Amino acid sequence: MKKWSLITLVGADQAGIVAQVTQILAADDCELGETSMVRMGGSFSMMLRVRHDDMDLGALLKGICESLNLHLHVDEDVASNCEETDPDVNITVYGADRSGIVAEVTAILADAGLNIIDLETAVAGTADKPIYIMTIEGQALQGVDALTEAAKKISKGIELNIVPIQTLRA
Amino acid sequence: MTVLDILQYPDERLKQSSKTVEIFDQTLKDFVTDLEETRLAGPGAVGIAAPQVGCARRLVIVDVSQLKKPVDNHGYLLLINPEITKWQGMEKGREGCLSVPDYTGNVIRAESIRIRFQNIEGEWIEFDSGGYEARAIQHELDHLDGMLFLDRLVSRRSDLFTRKTYKK
Ligand SMILES: [Zn+2]
Repeated sequence: MKKWSLITLVGADQAGIVAQVTQILAADDCELGETSMVRMGGSFSMMLRVRHDDMDLGALLKGICESLNLHLHVDEDVASNCEETDPDVNITVYGADRSGIVAEVTAILADAGLNIIDLETAVAGTADKPIYIMTIEGQALQGVDALTEAAKKISKGIELNIVPIQTLRA
Repeated sequence: MTVLDILQYPDERLKQSSKTVEIFDQTLKDFVTDLEETRLAGPGAVGIAAPQVGCARRLVIVDVSQLKKPVDNHGYLLLINPEITKWQGMEKGREGCLSVPDYTGNVIRAESIRIRFQNIEGEWIEFDSGGYEARAIQHELDHLDGMLFLDRLVSRRSDLFTRKTYKK
């Protein structure tokens, strides 16, 4: 009986991580489902939904984790379907970098019904004048207007743009 | 009136170019009626292209007039042998397709376009369209050239900001 697991791997970025890990999985008939793999700073992180026979994924990946020095985490028996709800709002935020921007913005928007699907942040600008940038895709559970209203509570100096996403179906 | 079967990728016919419509007769009218029926049967579909039902002819229907959140529109549009003659601006938006169930992704499209096409009588018409309607038209016209929105996906991580390097 096949089942779904979620594999998380994190380690120092190096050439060929994805190819090596996925080859090992493929060789043992582990089918990949949805995945997210990204480099951030000098690190590389992978989250992979995998459909596989009853087997010890930790043992299967032990060798590669040792040779590439990756941290491994396996969540077994995760849901078989991965139905993502479509985001209906896109939010971009930026401002002079200071601590607590993400905490402040997400707390205020969460209170107004924002369910975050995807959030990324980056630091840009120069070393003495860094700016913080955040993009969010989410669901406005209480409507986009509620988010726009709540956004007025966000501190001055943080620029925020809230744009509804109207998904085209054709 | 018949609801036609919608082809789903990887059906090869979705990747083929369609041919010019040359005969404007009752058969064409009947087909358009069926195609519209089929569009209306699709959940919330704002457009459909003839090749999506296995008819390799340059004909699409677009209608964005019935959205919950209204947008600028020209009502029901039947576009035969359509061509885009002008493009302006670029905009990222989220799209899904009747031929690619259970997936939506971000695609860059022109913000506004000028479209030239024939109506059911074969008369040429030209007008400008913008925003959501223009996006729907571009999505449908792609089907006529064997293109899916999957061919134009942009990364989730391509955002509105230009990435700068943090200088040490
Ligand atoms: Zn389509």
